[in-house]
Parts: sequence; C-alpha cells; structure tokens
Amino acid sequence: MTAPIKPAEGYAFAYLDEQTKRMIRRAILKAVAIPGHQVPFAARDMPMPYGWGTGGIQVTAAILGPADVLKVIDQGADDTTNAVSIRAFFQKTAGVAVTTRTSEATVVQTRHRIPEKPLVAGQTLVYQVPIPEPLRFLEPRETETRVMHALADYGLMHVKLYEDIATHGHIAKTYAYPVKVEGRYVMDPSPIPKFDNPKMHMSPALQLFGAGREKRIYALPPFTRVASLDFEDHPFERTRFEAPCALCGATDAYLDEVVIDDRGGRMFVCSDTDHCETRRQEGHRGALLGDIPEEARS
Amino acid sequence: MTAPLLEARGLTKWYGDRLGCRDVAFDIHEGEVLAIVGESGSGKSTLLSLLSGQLAPTSGSVAYRMRDGAIRDLVSLSEAERRFLFRTDWGFVHQDAAKGLRMGVSAGGNVGERLMAVGARHYGDIRAKAEDWLERVEIEVGRIDEKPTAYSGGMRQRLQIARNLVTAPRLVFMDEPTGGLDVSVQARLLDLLRRLVADMGLAVIVVTHDLAVARLLSDRIMVMRRGRVIEAGLTDRVLDDPREAYTQLLVSSILQP
Ligand SMILES: [Zn+2]
Repeated sequence: MTAPIKPAEGYAFAYLDEQTKRMIRRAILKAVAIPGHQVPFAARDMPMPYGWGTGGIQVTAAILGPADVLKVIDQGADDTTNAVSIRAFFQKTAGVAVTTRTSEATVVQTRHRIPEKPLVAGQTLVYQVPIPEPLRFLEPRETETRVMHALADYGLMHVKLYEDIATHGHIAKTYAYPVKVEGRYVMDPSPIPKFDNPKMHMSPALQLFGAGREKRIYALPPFTRVASLDFEDHPFERTRFEAPCALCGATDAYLDEVVIDDRGGRMFVCSDTDHCETRRQEGHRGALLGDIPEEARS
Repeated sequence: MTAPLLEARGLTKWYGDRLGCRDVAFDIHEGEVLAIVGESGSGKSTLLSLLSGQLAPTSGSVAYRMRDGAIRDLVSLSEAERRFLFRTDWGFVHQDAAKGLRMGVSAGGNVGERLMAVGARHYGDIRAKAEDWLERVEIEVGRIDEKPTAYSGGMRQRLQIARNLVTAPRLVFMDEPTGGLDVSVQARLLDLLRRLVADMGLAVIVVTHDLAVARLLSDRIMVMRRGRVIEAGLTDRVLDDPREAYTQLLVSSILQP
C-alpha cells in the first residue's frame, strides 16, 4: 500500500468540482434506491478517452474521501496502462492511498473483472461500463427500451438466449451476461466474464456501475439478489477451467491464456494478479512456477 | 346469451378536420369472422387501429370482455395491460410480414417470443410448441432455425400467423393478410386461415379491399365508404344481393375478369 500524499495544487479534490460530485452522488443514491435501474446523469468530460472508463472514474471521484484506499484493475491486473494511469490520476488529484491488495482497498475500480477475493462489508466496487443497456442489441429504440424496463417487459431477453441455444446448443454468451436484479430490473453487468456473475449475488459490498459516454449510473446495494438469466432446462453455468493456474495452482479462479515463448508455448494463469501473487506468497505452487522467466509471470 | 367479445359503439375519429371514421357500431362474438371492406381511404384502417386500441377515438367506445370475464373499455387499459392483451388474447396479422415478425430472429424464436413474454422458461417446451405451430401452418419443421428473410412471402405470412396463434388468442385482427401475394399463394393462405379459425373458434376482424377474401373468410361484412359504414350484413347476403349502389359497384367490379 502506498500512503496518502498531499494532492496536487490547483485541482479540486479528486478532480471534479463539488457541485458536479454532488450531482453524481444524487444519481448514485437514486441508483442504490432502485437496484438495477439505470439513472441518467450529466456526465462530464474527463482528461482521458472514453474507452478508459470515464463513467467509472466519475463515480469513483464522487465517492472518494481522503481516508479511502484505492485499487484499480483492468481485466484483473493492477499493472496495465489503463489501471496504472487511473490509479496515478487519483493519487495526484485526491492524494489517496493506493494498493494492489483487494483486502486493503476500500474502493476498487474495475474494468471487466470482479476480484477473486470475496469483497466484504464496507468495500465499494466501481465498474467501468461501456454499454449500460442490456436490451440495446435487441431493440435499438431508446424510447422503447425505457418502456420495456418500466413494464418489466423482458421476454425479448429470453428470445436472445433461445436463439443462442438454437444456434449453438447452449447459451453462448460468456461476457456481459445479463442478470435480473431483485426479480425486477434486467441489468448488463458490464463485460465481466460470466464466471464473475455469481459474485454479484448477495455481495456484502456496494457495487456501482458508471457509463460515461452513455451517461448512466446503476447500482447493486449490499446483499442484493442477482440472478443470471437462463432456461429451466438450460441453467446458467459458470465457466469452468480444465487445469489449475500454472503459477499458483488455483482451481477456482478465472484464468487467462498467456503466451510464454515464441515457439507457441502457452499457459493458463489467474487473470487476478493480486490473487495469484497472494497465493504464491502463501506457498501455493502451480505446475509451471519456476519454469518460466519472471517477466512473463504477471 | 353471453356478452359480445368486443362491442364498438359510436366510434368516431377525426384527424383535425379530416374524418377518419364516424359512428361505427357493431358486436362480435367468439368464433365470428367480420370483414371490413372498402377502398383505400374509406376509413377501414383507422377503424382497425381504434378497435385494437392502437388509436384513441375522438368519441365512442370499444368494450372488450377479458379472459376473466370483466368488460373493459379499451381506453381505460394501462400500457402494461394493453401489451399483455396483445400478446395473449389478441393477435395482429399485418399485410407486411416484416412488420409482424422479427426478421433477425429465427422462425422458432419468432413463434416462441409470445410464450417467453408471458413467462415460459423451458427451452424444450417452447421449441416443441414452435415446432407444433410450424406444422400447423404448413412450414417444414426442419426450417425452424432459419430466419424469415430466407422464407418466401407466403411462408412469412404463415409464420406470422403461427407467431400470433401460439398463445391461443380469442380475437385476431388482420390487415390485408393476403395483400401482395400471388393468387395461388393467396388461395392456400385463405384455406389455412379458414381451417385455423374454425378449429380454434377464433373471432377475426379482417380489413380487406378484396371482396374475394371477405367472401371466403367472413360470416359478416361491413362496407365502408368515406368513413362511414354504408352497408352491413351476412356476407352472402351483402355480396349476392347488395342494397347500396356503392356496394353493387364494388361487387360488380370484382366480377369483371
Ligand atoms: Zn494463479
């Protein structure tokens, strides 16, 4: 963990001015009050491209306090350009302590993963969302999708799943797998792997979703029921991996395929780098640990 | 005798100072087929929109006897109730199949959509029902996973019918259901419709400019002209022995080769 520092001069705390943060907090409160419902907000331009998750960044900016400890991950890793830049941004503008340890963080901002270590009460997970509308690809008219949400008119979601089974023999969707929140709103969980979907259900942590380009915020308050859509005879199934993590031996983590040499060698390792490192420090050893150069491990 | 399924009274629609239709009144019971005939601009399409609750009348009312027996004025239905009615107890067959189908979704998905919309969550059951309905409308079951874009015009229309009938509605609206189809395809479609209507005891309100369609399908006819019903009665009576000069003109024009 890196200790808090004095924020840079000339910035408002966490970059956004107080009025903007209050506006975003109001949207967050509304989103928390109606789990899974998309709340419009007046998204601001941030000093970075939309693809970097400006919606999540604005949510983080609005909830961050000086005593928070921030972790930022991109596809599970703390050390990608995107994660490093966002972490540095908040270090500079808010002076908050930062960490790569899930257990130490009070706020985790994420692009496309939920940490493997179960989140606890008091932690907040902020998702960067590219497309918040789960009905978008089925019904392009926003006026119509709004009515569909208002009336809980979601038959079309199952038509999509039906088509998947008819074409592939199973529900082929592996990312951004739609969920129903508290039996009411259908929600896009952002492009996390469906492996992570069960982690949203009844989580003790607060989960906030921010979409910058589309100007929407939605939320799952702690202990919210979150069910992945499915059919009785084709139930939702979490992705399973054939082999354990090559570095830490984890059998219950989401794995990425990594190329380890220029002769086509590959291995499967935890996408959650903190999880993998922590396990190795605890003495867990995967089959390939020690066989590959240090640079290829993270 | 039970109350009518649908009861229209004094139905009038003005678009500003242009008349859509005026003072239309009739009843329809389960199993009855009513044809509304007239030329384009006669008000028959406006009337269909009023009857199916898609347009609010300027004055007058449409009462519908719901499945639970309650009689409701269509204008009093909430959007949720109206949608529910449209995917359970009502059907709507459009002239243009692309309006009534999801062209990007397989035939099976098109038929299954209504079932899923009202809560069906068993893939195998939904698929079995879709197969059964494809058979009933004479579409090869082997083509269940094809999209309607791969279907001929006649097949699309039959698929649209299957999609509507899968929830066993009591009332089906049809807007020129055979329009734009070849004569031989039309004949097959009409034959199929006649059979389904009889088998299921459907009430049908069919709008058509084609008196041959009305002759083959309907029990009763209403002839519309300039927004008003000018003649109504049993189909055979109206077509064989038209009383109004305008109806006589319509009838004689179809008899010409
Ligand atoms: Zn690992």
